[in-house]
Amino acid sequence: MKYLHSRNRAILREMVSTDFKVRYQGSVLGYFWSLLKPLFLFAILYVVFMYIIPLGKDVEHFPVYLLLGIVLWNFFTEATTLGASSVVARGDLIRKISIPRYLVVISSSLSALINLGLSLIVVFIFALFNGIMPSFSWLLIIPLIIELYVFALGISFFLSAVYVKFRDVTYIWEIVLQAGFYASAIIFPLTLVPEIYQKWFFLNPIVQIVQDARFAIATDTSITIWSSIANSWALLIPFAVVAVCAVFGGLYFKRHSKYFAEDI
Amino acid sequence: MSVSREVAVTVNDIHKEFVLPQSKNSSFKQTFVNIVKKNNKVTQKVLDGVSFEVYKGDFFGIVGRNGSGKSTLLKLLAGVYVPTSGEISIKGKLTPFIELGVGFNPELSGRDNVYLNGALLGFDRKQMNTMYDDIVEFAELGPFMDQKLKNYSSGMQVRLAFSIAIKAKNDLLIFDEVLAVGDEAFQRKCLDVFEKYKAEGQTVILVTHDMETVRRYCNRAILINDGKLIKVGSPRAVADLYSDLNNQQIVSEMEHAKPSHKEHHVHLQIVDDNNRQLTSFIAGTEFGVSLAWKENHEVDSFVVNLFRKSGEHVTSFRVPVSGRNSFVLKTKPLLGKGKYTISIEAHDKNDAIISELRGETEFFVTDQDIEGVPAWSGMISVDHSVEYENKG
Repeated sequence: MKYLHSRNRAILREMVSTDFKVRYQGSVLGYFWSLLKPLFLFAILYVVFMYIIPLGKDVEHFPVYLLLGIVLWNFFTEATTLGASSVVARGDLIRKISIPRYLVVISSSLSALINLGLSLIVVFIFALFNGIMPSFSWLLIIPLIIELYVFALGISFFLSAVYVKFRDVTYIWEIVLQAGFYASAIIFPLTLVPEIYQKWFFLNPIVQIVQDARFAIATDTSITIWSSIANSWALLIPFAVVAVCAVFGGLYFKRHSKYFAEDI
Repeated sequence: MSVSREVAVTVNDIHKEFVLPQSKNSSFKQTFVNIVKKNNKVTQKVLDGVSFEVYKGDFFGIVGRNGSGKSTLLKLLAGVYVPTSGEISIKGKLTPFIELGVGFNPELSGRDNVYLNGALLGFDRKQMNTMYDDIVEFAELGPFMDQKLKNYSSGMQVRLAFSIAIKAKNDLLIFDEVLAVGDEAFQRKCLDVFEKYKAEGQTVILVTHDMETVRRYCNRAILINDGKLIKVGSPRAVADLYSDLNNQQIVSEMEHAKPSHKEHHVHLQIVDDNNRQLTSFIAGTEFGVSLAWKENHEVDSFVVNLFRKSGEHVTSFRVPVSGRNSFVLKTKPLLGKGKYTISIEAHDKNDAIISELRGETEFFVTDQDIEGVPAWSGMISVDHSVEYENKG
C-alpha cells in the first residue's frame, strides 16, 4: 500500500501545483493577488463598518475581528464551491483514467486552503498593526482550521457527488451560502443578537469556529460557545455536526464515485 | 502456446449495463415523477458475459466493430468503469492509454505537463526525474520544454504525449486506437515501438479496427460483437472473421442500395458471362466492364480505372473506340477481397479528357475458399507455384 500512497501524493501535488500556477496565469502581479485581494477587501470593509455602519464600535480590535471572520468564511465558500464542481470540472480525467476520485475533491480544497494560509498572513500583519501582541493563544487557530477544513471537505464530497447527476445543486448551494453568511455572524458581532437567540447560532459549526478564532486572536470579548452555553453535552453539538457531515459526505461520495465515469 | 504461462489479466463473465438517461429536456413535473418512480429506467446491455485471459508477454488484440462494446471493455479493464457483474483481476501495475496526454494543461509548460501526466499515470516526481531526459529526447522537443503547451503545434503535443506514454512504462499497457491519430511518420513510430514491445516481451493489450496491425503484432486476439465474445484465438482467425462480419454488412448494404443511374450519356455496369449485372463475386472470377454511350465523334478512347474503395489505384485499361458506341471489357484480375470502384474517362484524339464518370460503380470481391480456408490473402494474388521436396 506504500506505492498507493506515493502515487496518490504525486497526483495531489501535481494537481494542486497546476491549479496554483494556472490561477494567476497572465496577470502582472501574479501570486500577489492572493495577498492583495484580502487586503483590499479589508480596506473596503474597514471604511464601511467603522464609518458608515458602525456595527462594531463596541468591539475591541473590530477590524481584525471582522477580517478574520471574512477570511475564514471566504475559505469555506471557496472550498465548497470549487469542491462541488470539482468532479464535473475534471470530467476529462475521470472518464479516461482510474485515479482515486476523491483526489479531485481534495486537490480543489487544498487549493482553497493555500489561499487561506496566504490570507491569514495578512490578518496576522494587521493584528500586529492594530497593537495586538502575539501570544500562544494564536496557535489555537490551527485546530480550528482543521475543523473547518474537515467540515468543508465533507460538504464538498457530498455536493460534488450530487452535482454529477443533479446540476441544480450549485445554485441551491449558492443560496445556502448567502443565508449562511448572515447566519454565521461574519460582519456583525454576535452581541447584536438578542441574548436568548445567541446560543442557537452555535448549532452552526462555523459560528463556533469563527467566534473561537476571534477569541484566540482578536479579542476576549468574542462570545464563544464556551461562554454562552452551560450544558456540557450541548458543547459537543458543533463538533458532532462536523463529524456527521464528514462521515456522511465521505460515504455518499464513496458509494457514487464508482459510477462517475459513466454519469458525467 | 506453452501450457503453464503466467496470467496477467483474468476477465471472468463480465456484464455491463448502462442506465440511459431520460430525455434531458423533460419537464419539471416529469423530473419529479422520475425521481419518485425509480422503476422506469431504460438500460442498455453493452457487454454480456465476456470472459478471457491475457498471459504475461502477450500482445493481445481486442477487435470489434463500432458499438460492439470493445471500448467499454477497455474502460472496465482500465478501472474507469465498474462491471455490473463479473470480475476482473489484474496482476501488476497497469497503464491505460484511452487517450494520449490525459490531463494536459495548455497553460503549463511542456516540462510541467510531463510531470503532471506522469503523476496521473502513476509515477511520482523522483521516478519522472529519471525518465525525463529520455522523454524529451524521444519527443525531439528539447528546446521547447519551457514553453507553454498552448504554443505547441498539435503535432508537437502528440509527440510529447506519446513519448511519455512509451517511456513511462508499467507491467501492462493498454492502447486504444492510438494509431488513429497522427501523421504517417508518427504512425510508423508507433509501429516501431510495438515492434520493440514485442521483442521485449512487454504485455500489451491493443484495441483496434486495423486488422493489419492485429495480424502483424498480436499473438492472441478476441473478437467482440454486440457485447458478446464470439472468437478467441490466433490474430489471423480473428481478423478474418472480423473482415467477414464487415463484408456481410457491406454486401447487404450494396444489394439494398438502389442503382442511381441518372440520365447519363454513358451507361456503365459490371457484368458476368451472361451479361447480367454483378455487385459481388468471388475472387478470381472473370467479369466484364460493360459501357455504352451516346455516339460522340470526339471520343477517341476510354480509360477504365480500377480503384480499391480505400483509394489505391489498382490498374487502368485503355480501350480505343472511334466510331463505336459500346463495349464489354472482359478481365480476370486476382483481386483480394474488398470493395472496389470503377471510374471512366473519355479521351479525345489529343488524349485530353472530355468527360469522366467517377465512383458510380462499385463491386465487392469475396474470398476464394479452399475447404473453408482462403487460398491467399492480401490486395492481389500473384502468379505462383509450389514445389515439394521430400528430403530423406
